[in-house]
This record gives sequence, structure tokens and C-alpha cells, in this order.
Amino acid sequence: MNLEYGPQYDQFRSEVRAFLDRHKNSKPAQSLMEVSAAERARWLSLLIEHGYWARTIPKQYGGYGAEPDLLATVIMDEEFNRAGVSRGMNAQGPAMLVPTLLEHGSEEQKQRWIAPTLRGEVIWCQGYSEPGSGSDLASLSTSAREDGGDFLINGQKIWTSTADKSQMMFVLVRTEPNAPKHSGISYILLAMDTPGIEVQPLETMSGAIGENSFNQVFFRDVRVPQANVVGRRGEGWKIANTTLVHERASLNANAEGLWLRLVKLMRKETANGVPAIARPVYRDRLLRLQSRALAMKHHSMRLLTCGLRGESPGVAGLVVKLQNCQLSFDIAALAIDVMGELGSLYDHAKYERERGFWQAHSFFALGLIIGGGTAQIQKNIIAERGLGLPREPKVASA
Amino acid sequence: MDFGLSEDQRLLEQSVRSWLREHVPITRVRALRGADCPNDRAIWRGLAELGAAGILVPEAHGGSGIALLDAALVAQSLGHAATPSPFLSTAVMAPVALGALPGADAKSWLEGIAAGELVVGAAFTETFSVREQAGVALEGGVLRGKSLMATDAHGADRILIRIVSERLAVVRTDTNGRTATRLATIDATRCTAEVALDGVTPEAVLEGAGAAIARALDAGRIALAADALGACEAMIEQAVAYAQQRRQFGRAIGSFQAVKHLCAEMIAALEPARSLLWYAAHSFDALPDEAPQMACHVLAHVSEIGREIASTATQVHGGIGWTDEQNLHFWFKRIAVARHLLGGPELLRECAAELQGFMR
Repeated sequence: MNLEYGPQYDQFRSEVRAFLDRHKNSKPAQSLMEVSAAERARWLSLLIEHGYWARTIPKQYGGYGAEPDLLATVIMDEEFNRAGVSRGMNAQGPAMLVPTLLEHGSEEQKQRWIAPTLRGEVIWCQGYSEPGSGSDLASLSTSAREDGGDFLINGQKIWTSTADKSQMMFVLVRTEPNAPKHSGISYILLAMDTPGIEVQPLETMSGAIGENSFNQVFFRDVRVPQANVVGRRGEGWKIANTTLVHERASLNANAEGLWLRLVKLMRKETANGVPAIARPVYRDRLLRLQSRALAMKHHSMRLLTCGLRGESPGVAGLVVKLQNCQLSFDIAALAIDVMGELGSLYDHAKYERERGFWQAHSFFALGLIIGGGTAQIQKNIIAERGLGLPREPKVASA
Repeated sequence: MDFGLSEDQRLLEQSVRSWLREHVPITRVRALRGADCPNDRAIWRGLAELGAAGILVPEAHGGSGIALLDAALVAQSLGHAATPSPFLSTAVMAPVALGALPGADAKSWLEGIAAGELVVGAAFTETFSVREQAGVALEGGVLRGKSLMATDAHGADRILIRIVSERLAVVRTDTNGRTATRLATIDATRCTAEVALDGVTPEAVLEGAGAAIARALDAGRIALAADALGACEAMIEQAVAYAQQRRQFGRAIGSFQAVKHLCAEMIAALEPARSLLWYAAHSFDALPDEAPQMACHVLAHVSEIGREIASTATQVHGGIGWTDEQNLHFWFKRIAVARHLLGGPELLRECAAELQGFMR
């Protein structure tokens, strides 16, 4: 056991702090999705130049080109969190498409797409789920039929975050209708302004507050060149699974920070003149959440150590998404409860606390429990891959 | 930065576990449950030869003087095998309490502990919970009063007793008549006792022991959490093995999501708790300011997930899990007793809240 980072990393940490201090007035005022593309590119380019964003992406594709270094990543995350500045852009392009292109893309695709994606000049959405294919994603039926040198895409995608703000989509379509379901899928890059694409916003339970961009996307004879396939035709399922790994890694909530925010609320929020934290029933719930948050915090240190040592964490690595998303929801639930009858105020009603943050967060956290593989799918993965329990027998298709 | 077990710690854990597999299989535990004192001396001497008894005793007194994290790994292994032993009081709480009293001449006790010859019980319950007017006081050089649910006190050679105020008495059990009477609990693997003293002359009274007893309780809580976590591990292993082997409706019951998800929930609760245990033990060794709070949190948390795991693992077995013959109940009851032996989760969380200034 050694929880020290060492002098070299302490030095790195003070560099990050100095950077954040120097730029505290020039950081973007709002979420990077909300500001102009030029403002986004200015800030992200500055981060890349210092190696705080796209740190391990090779220089020739617009990254900083450093060797992977888990401790440096942890330090940057900690310091940016502390300063309340987002480190780069948590969006599907950088989080999922870029690692996929690096692993499976052609040289031309890498040259063309990675750099502008990292700088936020091109926003991507992910076209995976369909109305009939959610947890059973490989059953998807959106088709891409050959037509000359192109594909013609027909079908529908759903739960498509940021589709209305995106210039591009990475989409899974069925190119080989006669192949078995897992080997008939291709991974295709598609411009959202191609004729035949229609985006319809889906209102979520969060309503007007919070970051909401959820859509369904319809395709009618959408023409896309065959050169836009990533990897080989029919290998889309395998390729998509690499992106799903990246997605689960990116769904890692900061429970400790959220819990500290809850403590602040409970000190301030009073009923009948008594602060919530002084009421034993609420306090006990607060402490139970603290136990869980502490467990997850040190669990992530343990997984980080596995990474540094080059050891596989085994089943311990599979439980993080399931636990963190539920914990995040439960923290918001206590916050709402301590506000009592005022906890349900929303849409900036009079007496609303923290501009509706806790209700919005509760809705958002529920979305995270479902998104990126539902809690039930996570449990299947934990039991089958982690504990070696047998898979459900396949039902003979009708 | 390295937050994980060392090679030495893994080897220690492996050696204790393989010794226990060979020498204390569950059939031995079953055989001991009828005994007057299940803390079998032969088992304890065997564990002492492996270095378990002296793990926290300084080298100068014949121990190995290593970290609480190592002791926690031994405790976890003992919980995993449901082994009856006085490890909690003799190898963890007594050396920590005696070692934290710089003025005390603890040499002979510590040497006896490390050798596996001296079994020490601990009567600290009234530090955190007074029931039945319990409490021990020193009056005119003799001890009067009682202490309830004293750990490992039945069958011990010495008992450490917390007396009001801030003092620690050491009592011999061989020259004072019957001082400890076993209080039978649901858990047949622990020698909890009532210590009743009516004019007993202590072997020693150590002054200014409040901090030493508090520190011993922190260590005890972390070790007890480790023990219960090890018992949880054993129950999950058995439930998973049973779910793979038991067939109903023409297939292994572990292929049904209803059963599969129960198993996933158990392991999803256990693994982060293991990480918390490592940190709590590490804080005791290296970050003393954090240790009292971490000791409360880890035992409270393991108690909460432990109750769920114990119940769920039994349910995965169906009817056979409820039988005496299947042996699962040894672990179930060990987990249940650990929940309250050194303070239950509600009490521990109040303690942690107070340490953080959350009371007002």
C-alpha cells in the first residue's frame, strides 16, 4: 500500500493547477455542447496543446501524443473537477468514435475525422438502439442495401442523444440480411444532412431542466458511400462492442462530490427550525450513503492499481457501472426527501432549491441506470462473465 | 501509488487459507459446536505456528509486528472457514491495547500471545453500549461488576476489562474462581461470555487507557468486518457453485435470470466492500486520523451487505439451504453475530457522524 503519487506527479499536479488558475476567466461559460463551435474549438485546442485533453491520441491525428499514464489521468480529473471545469468534452464522438477509429478505422478515416472530433468541430451521435432492438441490440433491422457503389439505408433509430446537434452519426445497420444476426451488421459513418434523414426530438422525463437531447431518427433511402464502412462489412457487431466498453467506462459518476453537495444541503435545509442533518433518520441515511460512496471511491483506487500493475481486476471491474449509477440516484433521492414538500418544486418555481438540480439529477441518474446497458444487462454480464454462471439457453426463433 | 495487496500479503492469505482447508474443514467446525469452548487450543496453536497469533505483536516480543491489513486478511480467512478461534481478542484487540500503553510492562503477556500459549479475551462492550446495569469498577483494589458479551472471554487465560474511568484491568482466570460464563449465541463458533467479578484482585491495572481501548476497538471493528466479509465470500462461493450444479426445469438454476441476478447482486456488493476494508485497515496503519471513522464505516457497511448476502445465498440454495446438514447456517450466524458484537451499524454510523461534526 502506498497512496503517494511521487514527486514527478506532484509536479504535474501543480502544473495542472497553475493552468486552471491562469485560465479561470477564459474557460467556457456554459457546457461545451451549448457554446459556439468556434468557442468550443478554441478551448479544446488549448487543452490539447497542454496535454489535458486527447492526451494519448497520436499527434498525427490531432492529439497530444503522450504515452498512456493512468495517474496523470486521475490527477487531471481530480484537478479539473475541483476547479469545476470540464476536462474536454464528454460526448459520444471523443468517448466512443475516436477509440473505435483508432482501433478499426482506415488511415483515411482517421485523418479525416479524429482531429475535428477532438476539437469539437464535428459533433457525433450514436445510432445503435432501435424501437425493436434495445437490450437485444444485435437483432437490429435498419437495413443498408447495395445500390451501385453506395448503400441505401432504411429504418429507424431511437434513444439517440444529441442527434439534433450532430453533424455526423456512427450507425449500426444490417448489410448482410442472410447472415446470422451477429455477423450481418456493419458500422457506418453517416452525415446527418444527407437527404432522407429525419430527426424527431423525444421529450424525456427531465422536461425543461438539465441537458436533454434525446431523439428518434428516421432513414428513408439515405445514400451513403460504401467507403464509409469502418472495418470490414459484417464486422460491425464486434466493432460496436469495443465502443460499448468505452461507453461504460465513461459512465462513471463522481459519487463523492455529489455526496459532499448533499451534506451542504442537509446543513442548510431546515424544517421546524431543525436542519436535516440534525435529524437522526435523515442522518443515518446520509451515513449509509457515505459508506457506499467510500466503498466505490476506494474500489476505483483498487481498479486503478490493477491497471498500473497490468493485472486483470476480474469480476471486481464489472460491478462499477451497476453500483455507481444506483448510488448516484440514491444520493439524489435523499436530497429530495430532506427538502420535503418543497423537494418536488421544478421549472424554477418560487422556493425551488439549487435551480432544480436534485430533481434533474435524479431523472438523469435514472437514465444512466438504463443507458449503456441496463442494470439487468449488467447483472447478466457480472454473473456470466464474472461468476461463470451459464447463459440463458437460446430460444428457437419462430 | 499502489492500492492493493503485496505479494507477501497474498502469500500470507494463501497459506492461512490452505492450512484451514486442511485442518479446519466445516466437519471440524460441526464437531466443535457441542464443546464447552469451541475455541479449540489445538487449532489456535496451529494458527500461532503460521504466525497468526503474533501478527500484531512486536518482533521484540516474539511476534512479527506487521500491519493491521495483514491481520485483516487472516481474520477474513477465519471468517471464510467459519473457524472458531480467539483471534479477534487475542491477536488483534489485546496487542493493540497493550501496545498502545507505553508505560505498561506487557512483555510477558505479549510473548505468551505470540507463542499461542496465552489466550486473552476482551470485555469492552460497555465502552459503546451499557445494558443490564453492566460495568466494572475498581474499589479498594478489587474489581466488582459485570461486563456482557465479552469477546473470546470464555476459555481465555486472561481477560482485559475496561473499567471506569479510562483504565484497563488484566484479570487471571485461573486464580479467581469462575470469572467468565459463556453466553450462548446463535453462533456456535464464538466464545462470548459474561464476565462477573465480585471482589476479584486484578493482575494489573493500567491507567490512562481510554485511547488505548478506543484504538483496540477500531482494530477490532476492522478485523470483525474482515471476518464477516470472509464469511460472505464463502456463502457467495457456495451459492454460485450450487446454482451451477442444481438443475430444475431441465437446466442449471444459475441460467435463470432470477437466480443469476441474485448472485450478481451479492458479488457487486462484496467487491467494493473489500476495497473499503483494505482502505480502513490501511488507515489504521498509516492514517490514524481517519481510522476511527473508517473502522465505523467498514463494519457498518459490511454488516449491511452481510445481512443481504447471508439471506440471499441461503435462498439461492432453496430448502436445503435452511437445513442443518448443509452447514450454510454456520456462516449465516457468524455474520449475524458480527453485526452487533462491537457495535451495530446504526450505532457505528452515529459514531462516524459525530466524528464528522454532523450532530447539529
